Amino acid sequence: MDLHVIGPLASPAERAAVDRVLGPPESGWVGGARRPGIEGHAARGGHAIRARRSQLLPALHAVQDRIGWISQPALNYISRRLAVPPAEAYGVATFYALYSTKPRPPLVAHVCDDIACRIAGAERICEDLARAVGPAGEAARDGRVGWLRSPCLGLCDLAPAAMITSAGDRPTVTSAAPVDAAGILKRLDGTTVTRPPVTARQAGDPSIRLLRRIGTVDPGSLDDYRASGGYAALAKALDIGSEAVVAEVTGSKLMGRGGAAFPTGRKWAAVAGQPAQPHYLVCNADESEPGTFKDRVLLEGDPFAIVESMTIAAFATGSSLGYLYIRGEYPESEARVRQAIEAARDAGLLGPDILGSGVAFDIELRRGAGAYICGEETALFESIEGKRGEPRNKPPFPVEVGLFGKPTVVNNVETLANIPLILEMGGDAYAQIGTEGSTGPKLFCLSGHVERPGVYEVEFGATLRDLIELAGGVSAGRDIRAILLGGAAGVFVGPDALDMSLTFEATRAAAATLGSGVIMVFDETVDLVDTLRRIAQFFRDESCGQCVPCRVGSVRQEELLARLAAGSSARSRDEELVLLRDIGQAMRDASICGLGQTASSAIESALRRPELVAL
Amino acid sequence: MSEETRGLSMSRDPAPDPHTPHGGQAPAAQPLTEIILRPPARPSRPPTAPPVEAPPEVELTIDGVAVAVPAGTTILGACRQQGIDTPTLCYAENLTPVNVCRVCVVEVTGSRVLVPACSRKVEAGMDVQTDSERVRLSRKVVLEFLGSSVDVSLAGPAVPDGTIHSYMDRYGADPARYGNPAAPATAGERDDRTPGHHHAAEGDATAATVAQPTKIDNDLYVRDYSKCILCYKCVEACGEDAQNTFAIAVAGRGFDARISTEQAVPLPESACVYCGNCIGVCPTGALMAKPEYDMRAAGTWDESAQTVTSTICPYCGVGCVLDLHVQDDRILKVTSPLDSSVTEGHLCVKGRFGFEFVNERPPRPQA
Repeated sequence: MDLHVIGPLASPAERAAVDRVLGPPESGWVGGARRPGIEGHAARGGHAIRARRSQLLPALHAVQDRIGWISQPALNYISRRLAVPPAEAYGVATFYALYSTKPRPPLVAHVCDDIACRIAGAERICEDLARAVGPAGEAARDGRVGWLRSPCLGLCDLAPAAMITSAGDRPTVTSAAPVDAAGILKRLDGTTVTRPPVTARQAGDPSIRLLRRIGTVDPGSLDDYRASGGYAALAKALDIGSEAVVAEVTGSKLMGRGGAAFPTGRKWAAVAGQPAQPHYLVCNADESEPGTFKDRVLLEGDPFAIVESMTIAAFATGSSLGYLYIRGEYPESEARVRQAIEAARDAGLLGPDILGSGVAFDIELRRGAGAYICGEETALFESIEGKRGEPRNKPPFPVEVGLFGKPTVVNNVETLANIPLILEMGGDAYAQIGTEGSTGPKLFCLSGHVERPGVYEVEFGATLRDLIELAGGVSAGRDIRAILLGGAAGVFVGPDALDMSLTFEATRAAAATLGSGVIMVFDETVDLVDTLRRIAQFFRDESCGQCVPCRVGSVRQEELLARLAAGSSARSRDEELVLLRDIGQAMRDASICGLGQTASSAIESALRRPELVAL
Repeated sequence: MSEETRGLSMSRDPAPDPHTPHGGQAPAAQPLTEIILRPPARPSRPPTAPPVEAPPEVELTIDGVAVAVPAGTTILGACRQQGIDTPTLCYAENLTPVNVCRVCVVEVTGSRVLVPACSRKVEAGMDVQTDSERVRLSRKVVLEFLGSSVDVSLAGPAVPDGTIHSYMDRYGADPARYGNPAAPATAGERDDRTPGHHHAAEGDATAATVAQPTKIDNDLYVRDYSKCILCYKCVEACGEDAQNTFAIAVAGRGFDARISTEQAVPLPESACVYCGNCIGVCPTGALMAKPEYDMRAAGTWDESAQTVTSTICPYCGVGCVLDLHVQDDRILKVTSPLDSSVTEGHLCVKGRFGFEFVNERPPRPQA
């Protein structure tokens, strides 16, 4: 490959931002000063430089954070540093919503207008901002500020929410929730307001396990974490050995909490048994399913628990390097986790010789850049590798061919949070919690029209009614119209489902899903048509565009809902419903990944019930 | 005999020189003319490849018929072996399967979703349905999605089985049921789209398309992305699978994803080396040599009046096989057959575009 780079040179600020991530350029070949005495006529780098491709996203982040957008010269400089063809680097930069390849103001408010925030007045905030600042996406106040609409920011319990990105020498990203237009404008004036630390609604309840440290133990202190029982599980794991750890996890019948509900023990055993080396561990913290915020609460409120759990998982599966991929919209969680990783490293709990056991493991933190699809495990690998987040076709599965083509175990944050518990109490005792097919405690994200939205922990087997009551019931004592289970990729159920037990087996039998644990409640005042259209828009925006069924199907689905909402007479309602069913079926059957396969799920489930939504 | 002539003789014809005093190995009975006309075999032949062990056979069922194919065969390969006509668009024999168009999907018992035949390898005991109701519906709707969003008028032979239009007929695809096409984008508009932010559908009963003006920025080929189905073939041919130039990649996301140079610059400013391998693999006519594009616009392109002449590229010693497409005694287009062991269908700028001197040759002098 002959790298063809055109255009002006990157500015000193852009170069400095990239160099801070990649180190100073080694030679004239990669954009540095040419040193004839050392370099002569020989090229350097080649394979060694290309092996750094996985630094592409961090480098793009560096420029985006420093300048506020990624210019062609900056992109070219990154291309030369990493030997990535400029066309490919451009393809990657234009894939992620948090990067801009066109001038964007340094101070930007990303205003969530997704389902939970909509019913909390997000549209009114957008209207106010349009009046006060100007249209979304356009620079205002001499190009210094701007605002954009954003998909779900994972702050549904505090809706309405926004995220403020401020580029510069000392870039900051802060989330704001609950917030109104005035609050956003204040932040656009330059006032930095930090969100109060995360708390648990059930704090102090002795029955909670996964959330027991949230809001009660200082998430910034390793000593406090250890004093509250932290790192006992790792010590036990190292004591009993990796095979015994896998056996305990298998015995616990723990199922993945990210949405797919795959048995964790089976996954670990499969990776542990792979002859190919090295093995990788990936913690999927790209929690982007609208209505989901449990992983944010865990990472922000108990970061050491995830670091410890990853260490145990790595030990059990024979991985010496782990990646924690956290979505770009979780700045507070990211800061907490970064600090926790560093503290653990300083204390010898990460590194070449953990607790003197000879076990080596370290964690690399990676920040997403605004792409829901990267929560899909193979898209996440591609993203870590420095590529567009396009899912791979399966098989082969990640346990055989995963990150960098090696056996990889991918676990969701909440799944990992269960690991210390399993080791402490033993797999068999853990399996006694919950029901036969769904063991353990489970986190649910309650939002929408409930009195006390938040993350709630229950044992599997609790009903939908139990959880809504835990959250204080429906706001203002109104009646429930519909409940969205499992997020935008989930299903709508009516009040008749209140006594459904929230287990994998019961929801499956009812053709519903637990998904990522979303319970979004809509009372009788809600405009469900508007909600459905927002879901359709979400999938259109977040489809990676790789396969035809999802790329075009998500557009056709959105258009169809718009026609129904506008009362278009182009086709009869029955014809439209047949069409919607065909679109949904093709997306479900022929799409490459779970995004397309579930993109019609919630919409179809609502339209099947005329009593929920009259379209 | 001087050293020089001996060397020459050895390299051209290894037969011992009968005139040398000690070259007595040649049978004296063989006359000289015979040796010249039928020289004995060269002593140094290229070594033959070591025998490859045939892969073991895998038994599976396709549409109820028991089939045995070598391990490593794809479902598509097995289907074609059985004479089952399977539509493909993004698949090409000389490229790595990307399985993105999803028109080749088949139903495999035990699999929750349909699987792409082009990339999925056969497994022992697999039960494949190629014409079930689910398969037919998915193929139909996917073809409709393409037909309603992309100009597939030139989507040519989906090698080797049929055309996209014959498949649309077979599966009863009706792209019109998604509404009339929305207004085309202006030049550069689609290149400017931002991921994650689109204008909400209006509810005006039109269907979004990728229609946009053709990009004409050089004399060799044009890019009409109104016809692009995003099969990734051009990206593969430009990059890893053939040319290793990486001048183009997929940019943007979702429905706004598009094939693009860096920063969407015109081709002459990009890394493009004009090998034209992207044209060679484009299944829809989105990438087209300029003469063909101009003649189609003028209505003078007539494939029935064209002949194809196979020859060897005259430029260098590689020996690429060229197929010259000739109409009215002029070369209009050069391709290379996919099954050529030299080119695998790929060429360089000289073989692909360096034919104008033939067309521009001066008229033969009159007697």
